[in-house]
Amino acid sequence: MATARDIRRRIRSVKNIAKVTGALETVAASRVRKAQNQALATRAYAEAALGILRDIGKQQRGDSRHPYLEERSSVRSIAIVLMTSDRGLAGPYNANMIRKATEFEKQQSVPVHYITIGRKGRDWMLRRGARIIADFADLPATPSILDITVIARTAVDDFLSQQVDEVFLAYTLFLDALHHEPHIERLLPLQPIHSEESADSVNNKQPFPSSIYSYEPDPDSILWEILPRFTELQIFHALLEALASEHTARMMAMRHATENANALVSDLTLSYNKARQLAITSEILDIVGGAEALL
Amino acid sequence: MPFICDIITQERLVYNRHDIESVTVQGIEGQMTILSQHAPLITILDYGEVRVRKEGEEEIFAIGGGILQVADNHMVILADSAERSDEIDIARAEEARRRAKKMMEEGAPADPEALAKLEAALKRADIRVKVAGQRRSQRGPGVDV
Repeated sequence: MATARDIRRRIRSVKNIAKVTGALETVAASRVRKAQNQALATRAYAEAALGILRDIGKQQRGDSRHPYLEERSSVRSIAIVLMTSDRGLAGPYNANMIRKATEFEKQQSVPVHYITIGRKGRDWMLRRGARIIADFADLPATPSILDITVIARTAVDDFLSQQVDEVFLAYTLFLDALHHEPHIERLLPLQPIHSEESADSVNNKQPFPSSIYSYEPDPDSILWEILPRFTELQIFHALLEALASEHTARMMAMRHATENANALVSDLTLSYNKARQLAITSEILDIVGGAEALL
Repeated sequence: MPFICDIITQERLVYNRHDIESVTVQGIEGQMTILSQHAPLITILDYGEVRVRKEGEEEIFAIGGGILQVADNHMVILADSAERSDEIDIARAEEARRRAKKMMEEGAPADPEALAKLEAALKRADIRVKVAGQRRSQRGPGVDV
């Protein structure tokens, strides 16, 4: 039976844990909002760029395809950009993403290479002996497009030099405050012009319905300008979704931890009171016994 | 007739007005001015300043290259970077230009890619300093100091 003092010490330490997890929860909550706002802010550029891409797509007669858009007839190897967090304490967030990625890898008949963003995914893939071609850990808490440029560069260079024939983005989609799910989509070759669903959602507010544009200098040069930026933006957007999901996952995990800690404190307080009572009772018994012996 | 002007970067919507009379930009083939009822056009912009005018007022932006699209009295600039003149920290802009110049003088890098990067940085710094400087001299329209 633990003494009252032992129990008191445990109560104190559990209370401290609750304080820490409570603080982590608050921090995560504010970061969720930040990442969400950042993700929303990228939408304007994406919509305008999609509009231009679609328009160029309509005008092209198929003779001048941009390498970013070219489907390769045989896919010999692929790369996955895997986005996980640098830090743990985020509930099942990283485990779910990694599981999804490894399942995806098992379905492939060709070698899979990884570009990892986030320490957790990298460490896990290293342990599995997966091929990692590049690793970007320790991104700032609020990344900017400049942080993405290098990542996009790596992925695009490997694609253009035919090291890999397709590039996929593996990240966690942010659905709402309670739901997020790991998701894998293809980044390269790009398919913005053919993807009907995204086209429809944007079409409604297309400011330029059916204008016939003149291009200066020519559509191909415009494609060369816009496609690399569009690719960057897609990675950026995925990373922001992943960040928002990571922080919600951490927020939920920390909320549960705080609740558990508080429940533990009330249990411990009960046992502490019992132990204290027991000590008092035995002391009284001692005194009474001593007094009786004197009589 | 006024028209709409948006300036967008990958990170944010920098500017959005509905009552613009003219916009002067630096195209890769020379300066051009967009007026109302401009024919539909998509073109590439160079590093440079963008001057947006409405009712005698003028706002100046430093942009780091991008794409301009105009149609139906709606103009969109998709810029790699964009700052309004009063957002630029002039001391930092000058410092950046000084640094880039010094690196150029110390010997241009042999790697063509690094050289291109450095030249771009210098160009960008030049434009930022220029745009930020204009804000100062422009205070109080019509008053010559």
